[in-house]
Amino acid sequence: MSLEVKNLSKSFEGKKVLNNISFKIENGQTLGVIGFSGSGKSTLLKIISGILEKDSGEIIYPKDSEIAMSFQYSALFDFLDVYDNIAFPLVERKEFRSKYTKEQISQIVSEKLKMVGLQGIEDLYPSELSGGMQKRVGFARAIVTDPKIILYDEPTAGLDPVTSTMIEDYIVQLKKELNASCVVVTHQLSTIKRAVDYVIMLYQGIIVFKGTVSELLSGQNDYARQFVSASINGPMNIATR
Amino acid sequence: MFELNKTLTWQALALLWDEIRDFLITLGRMGCDFCGVLKYILKLKINCKETIEQSKRFAYDSIPISLTIVGMTSAIIAMQLAPELAKQGGADYTGMLSALVMVRELAVVMSGFAIISMVGSSFASEIASMSVTEQLNAMKVLKVDPIEYLIVPRFVAGFLFMPAVFILSATFGLICAGYVSKITADLSLLNYYTSLWHGLYVRDIFIAILKASFFGGTIALISCSCGYSTRGGAKEVGIATTKAVVWSFLAIALWDFIFASVFYL
Repeated sequence: MSLEVKNLSKSFEGKKVLNNISFKIENGQTLGVIGFSGSGKSTLLKIISGILEKDSGEIIYPKDSEIAMSFQYSALFDFLDVYDNIAFPLVERKEFRSKYTKEQISQIVSEKLKMVGLQGIEDLYPSELSGGMQKRVGFARAIVTDPKIILYDEPTAGLDPVTSTMIEDYIVQLKKELNASCVVVTHQLSTIKRAVDYVIMLYQGIIVFKGTVSELLSGQNDYARQFVSASINGPMNIATR
Repeated sequence: MFELNKTLTWQALALLWDEIRDFLITLGRMGCDFCGVLKYILKLKINCKETIEQSKRFAYDSIPISLTIVGMTSAIIAMQLAPELAKQGGADYTGMLSALVMVRELAVVMSGFAIISMVGSSFASEIASMSVTEQLNAMKVLKVDPIEYLIVPRFVAGFLFMPAVFILSATFGLICAGYVSKITADLSLLNYYTSLWHGLYVRDIFIAILKASFFGGTIALISCSCGYSTRGGAKEVGIATTKAVVWSFLAIALWDFIFASVFYL
């Protein structure tokens, strides 16, 4: 299931946040989106997921495919327990409600929790979970409708290195199991190295680098080199961040 | 000096314009949310489980505060009214006047205020918190419309259950007024209740019930709408809650004026 973004632009109060962004992800590939804070990465995900309206451009993907999104701070519904959080779209959406019985929904929830390495926590509330567990429950909720396009917004933000590695492994594993196309917005080079096939880099709303992970790390592109080396000297002006 | 005055005038006008613009934007958002709510209600797409849950909050959780406020208000009115009427030889009218005042105005308005502080503010802060923590965005990505899931059940609960709160509060208020009249003016309860029936009109009761429904729906809509449009962080959640309370108070006063003009002028 491929995802293509063509000439996408978005402005907020006259300021262009995304300017003519174009890329394509083939079935089963993962695209990493990197860049400084405020470069338009999260806006890009919000437009693809339908949270925000685009000003111009096209987002092309098969009409019948589900898009799922994992949020930076998980965005679990704090008034529902883990079971109800994951079952939420299956219970609330008519097409799933008429398709599955209560027992089947219960089975799907257990299966998705198992896929993210969590079991026996169905009765807990989000506030009772650690950051890593919340992320994984967020993943389970995102994949409960078997999406073919999965968007991850800062999946490892605020997590310790070991938990980050585990989360990166789950991103790879879920992509394989669901045969999905993924977009991962991240600041972490480790996530790029472990979980991503291709990378685009945004700066002031435009793509300043597009290539494979090895091309990113090779240092041939000035923007990529500055980002990878975490240098304050380079083409990206830190004052404009 | 002239230049300074000119600058200050422009600044004041700019501030005034900001306020007016903010007012119109809020009004527009509420109008849009109301249209969204109406669309689901007309299609009978009402989440029953959530509506029952919210009705419990509206009708059950707010009862103690409503009874207390309406009971206290009616007791105070009886305390002022009964001795005065007794002095003028009109003690027998205490029940009738209490019934007129309570049923037509005070019980419904006071229970409205109680509901705003108890339920409306919690609706606003709850939905605003969900908005700033991206829970509403998550709902949208999961293809569940927050208006259908969050606002419609609260609106329906408010519209249907505010009358129940009013009826209970008014009854309790009239009972309180009876006892206070007995204590302060030595009026017998039998006299009080006999007089009370003369002040109770079926038309007044129906108008008050209708008014309560409008109050309930309006409080729920304004509170949810203020929460729903919140962006930012903790400070904005506080601002949204305050806005919901202030707007609800104003809306209740406006509805009350409209009802009085239409039915009693």
